[in-house]
Amino acid sequence: MSDANSRFEVVVVGAGPAGLAAAAAAAESGRRTLVLDATPWLGGQIWRGREAKGGSGSAKRWLARLQATDAVVARQTTVVAAPRPGVLLAESPEGPREIGWETLILTIGARELFLPFPGWTLPGVVGIGGLQVLVKGGWPLDGKRIVIAGSGPLLFAAGAEYRAAGADVVLIAEQTDLGKLARFGLSLPRLAPRKITQAAQYQASLLGVPYRPGCWAVSAQGADRLEGVTLRSSRRTWTERCDVLATGFGFLPNLELPRLFGCRTANGAAVVDDRQESSQAGIFIAGEPTGIGGEGRALVEGLIAGFSAAGRLERAGRLEKKRRRAMAFSRAMDRAFALREEVRNLASPETLICRCEDVARRDLEKFGDWRAAKLHTRCGMGPCQGRICGGAVEKLYGWDAASNRPPVFPVQIGTLRDPEPGSRGASK
Amino acid sequence: MAEIVSLTINGRPVRVPSGTVVAAALALAGESRFRRSVAGHPRGPLCGMGVCFECSVTIDGRPHCRSCQTLCAEGMEVRTDE
Amino acid sequence: MYGCDVAVVGAGIVGAACASECARAGLSVIVFDRGPVGGGTTAAAMGHVVVMDDSEAQFALTSYSRRLWRDLAAELPAEVHYEACGTLWVAADEEEMAEARRKEEFCRVRGLRAEILDEAALREAEPNLRPGLRGGLLIPDDAVLYPPSAAMFFLGRAPQNKIEFRAGSEVRALNPDGGVILGDGTRISAGLTVNAAGCGSPDLTAGLPVKKRKGHLVVTHRYPGHIRHQIVELGYLKSAHSVSSDSVAFNVQPRANGQMLIGSSRQYGAEHPGVEFGILRRMLERAAMYLPDLGRLVAIRSWAGFRPATPDKLPFIGPSAGNQKIWLATGHEGLGITSSLATGRLLADMVLNRPSEIPVAPYSPARSLLEGKAHG
Repeated sequence: MSDANSRFEVVVVGAGPAGLAAAAAAAESGRRTLVLDATPWLGGQIWRGREAKGGSGSAKRWLARLQATDAVVARQTTVVAAPRPGVLLAESPEGPREIGWETLILTIGARELFLPFPGWTLPGVVGIGGLQVLVKGGWPLDGKRIVIAGSGPLLFAAGAEYRAAGADVVLIAEQTDLGKLARFGLSLPRLAPRKITQAAQYQASLLGVPYRPGCWAVSAQGADRLEGVTLRSSRRTWTERCDVLATGFGFLPNLELPRLFGCRTANGAAVVDDRQESSQAGIFIAGEPTGIGGEGRALVEGLIAGFSAAGRLERAGRLEKKRRRAMAFSRAMDRAFALREEVRNLASPETLICRCEDVARRDLEKFGDWRAAKLHTRCGMGPCQGRICGGAVEKLYGWDAASNRPPVFPVQIGTLRDPEPGSRGASK
Repeated sequence: MAEIVSLTINGRPVRVPSGTVVAAALALAGESRFRRSVAGHPRGPLCGMGVCFECSVTIDGRPHCRSCQTLCAEGMEVRTDE
Repeated sequence: MYGCDVAVVGAGIVGAACASECARAGLSVIVFDRGPVGGGTTAAAMGHVVVMDDSEAQFALTSYSRRLWRDLAAELPAEVHYEACGTLWVAADEEEMAEARRKEEFCRVRGLRAEILDEAALREAEPNLRPGLRGGLLIPDDAVLYPPSAAMFFLGRAPQNKIEFRAGSEVRALNPDGGVILGDGTRISAGLTVNAAGCGSPDLTAGLPVKKRKGHLVVTHRYPGHIRHQIVELGYLKSAHSVSSDSVAFNVQPRANGQMLIGSSRQYGAEHPGVEFGILRRMLERAAMYLPDLGRLVAIRSWAGFRPATPDKLPFIGPSAGNQKIWLATGHEGLGITSSLATGRLLADMVLNRPSEIPVAPYSPARSLLEGKAHG
C-alpha cells in the first residue's frame, strides 16, 4: 500500500453522525483526513440505509458535506489494535492494514444496553435499534406481531419504523411512570422545541397503538423461538402473544478503543475537555462515547473535535453554546427515563447472563467482582468480549466490566500477525 | 437497486434484493435459529449491530461470521447452526 | 490471636494445593490473597500438565505430579475441563528428531509412555500441521485443564471448615514467629506460614531469587478438532531456556470447548504487565509456521502474565533457609499447573514428618544462597 494511503494527519474512527461531522470539519480545514467504519455503510447505525437511498434530512446534508471534501473513506475497516504509537491496525476486505495518524478522533458510537430477563435469549427477542438496523438490511416484518418494551422516546421512533415495514405493533410498554413523563414533557420545550414535535409525529403515526407508561416486560416465552411476552404494570400482569419483542433500555458508550489508548473514563463515559480532547494528547473523542446524547449532540461534538484536531480552536469554540444545550437535553432525558429497580433486576437465578458462554445468574452470585466471576464462570470470555453481559452485570451488581486488551474486536489471526498487505489473499 | 442476488441457505436457493444483509436473508428463508449456544440453546440476532455475535453463521465455509454485518453476495453459501 | 495451624499466602494453584493437602491431613488453614482464587499466574497460565526432563529433579517432580493429576481425574468437576489429550512434540528437522528420540528413551526407561511418530504418523495425528515436518514424539498421558477452576476445586476439596479463604487480603509481611501481618496492620498468628505468593513471593521473603518472566497467550474462537493434542515444537528447547533474550515458541492447546490457546513467549526484565504487540505478532508468526491455516481463524482475546522463575528452573518447596516457621512453595515458572499437586503433597509430607514418594532435597530452599535472611 502506498504511503499516501497509510498515513493521515487526521484519522476518524467511526462514520456515524459524529464521525461524519468530525471528518468534514477536519477535511474542510485542509487536513489530510481518513474516516473509516467497520460496516459497509456511511452514517453509522442511526443513519444506516440513508446513503443508498440518496439520504434524507440531516443524513443527506452531512453525507453531502463530507463528499464535498477530500476526506478519504475506508469501509468495512475494523480497528483491532494499536501496534505502535501513532499507528492503528485494522482488518479490511483487502487484508490487514496499518494506518498512521497524527491526530486521532474516536467517534465509535454506542451499543444498546440489554437487561437480562427470563426468556431473553429466545430468537425473536431483539434490541429496538438492532431491529431498526436489520429492517434497513431487508429483515421482513410484514404481518409480524411486535411488542416494544423499554424506556425513552426511541420506543416511538422504532414503533413507527416497524409499522412502516408492515408490522402489527401490539403494544409499546414504557417502564417510566406517567407522572414522571408529564414532568419531562413540561421541561422539554425550553430545551429543544423540535424534539417534542418529533415525538408527537411519531405518536400520530402510531395512532391506535396502545402506549402504556409504567409497564414493562418481565419474561418471554417460547419453545425454540419467541411466542409470547409477559408484561407487568402496577395493576396487573398479563401475557401478549407476539413474534418479536423489541427491548430498548438505553445505550452504553463504546469505550474499548478509548481504553486501549489509555484515555481516562469516568462514570461509564470517556472524559474530554471543551475541545473534545481526551486525557491523551492528540486523541479526540466525540459523540456517544463521551455520554449518551443522540444525534444532535454527536453532530456538534463531532464538529468541535474535527475543528480542534485541525488546530482551529476559535472555530470550535463558537460551537460551545450549542454543545452545552445538547448536553443539558441529554441529562434531562437520563433523569426522566432512569431505569426502575424492578427492570434492572428481572433475571431469575436460572436466567443466562452471559450468552456467549451460557453462564446463569446463580453462577455469578457467588463472586464479589467482575474479574473473579469472569475467571471462574467464563462470563464475558466469549466472542462478544463482555459487550453484552458487561452492561448487564454493571446494572445488576455495579461491577466494572472494562477491558482494554487487544484485539479490541475478534479478528482473523492473519491480521494480527501480518501487517503487510498483499501477502495473503483477500478474506471473505 | 432492484437487482437480485442468488445465494443458498442450508443448501436451499434463495433470491433477495441486493443490499440485503445475510441475517435478513435467513429470516426471509424462514430460519429463526441462526446458531446453537454452547449449551445447545437456539439463538438468533439480538443486537443487529455486529456486537453480540448471536447471529453468527458459516459463510462460504468460514464459521463464526456475523450475518448482520455481511451483505448477501451472488453465489454465497450460508449455513446456520454451526 | 491464634488464627490457624498453617497460613498460606497466595491462592494460586500452588497455594491452593498446599492448603488442600494440609487441610486434608487435619490441619486448620487460612489462605490469603489480595485478589480472587487463581487470579495471578494461574489465571494467565495455559493449563498444560506436562512431564519435563531438563533435569532429573524436574522430571521427578513433574512425572510424580502428573500421576497425582491422573489419580484425581475422575474427581475433577466438569469446569476444570481436564482432558488427557497428550502432548505432541514436533520435530522440524533431523536435529530436533534426535531430541525426540532422546526424550522417548528417557521416558521409556523411566516407565512412562512415549511414542515416536514419523512424518506420515505426524500428519495423521495432526492433519493441520504443515507438510514437511520431520516427525514427532507423542506423550499420551499429558493433559490440559482450566487452572483457575482447578485452584478453586482444591480449596473446596478440604474437609468442612478446615480451609478459610480470605479474598482481597493483602499480606504486608510474614511474621517471623509464624503468621502474617495484613495490609491494615492486623496480625494473624499461625503455626507456620507458607509463602506461595508466586511472583510476589520475593516481596515477602527478602533475597529470594525468584524473578518475573513474562508470557503472552492468545485464545481463538471455537474450532473443534482443528488440533487434537497440545502441540509443542522441539525448537522450544533451544528458545525457551535462553535466559538472556526474549523468545517465542510454537505451543498450542486444544481446549475442551473447541477454543485454542496459542503460545508462547518468554521475556526477562519486562515489568509492564500489558500485552506487547511486537511479541504477540512474533508469537503468532511462529505458530502460523506450523499451522498454516491459523491466519484464517479468529482470535478473540490476548493477555500477558508473569511466571515466577528461579535460576535453576526448580521450585522452592519446604522451610525457608533462615526460619523454620516460614515455608516456601513458589518459583514454579511455567510448570506450576503441572507440579501444583506434587508441591502440595511434598509440603504436607514435610510439615507432618511423613515419608515422601520422591526425594524433596532438590527443591529445598536451602539450596539457594539465602544465608539465613529468608524473612523480611
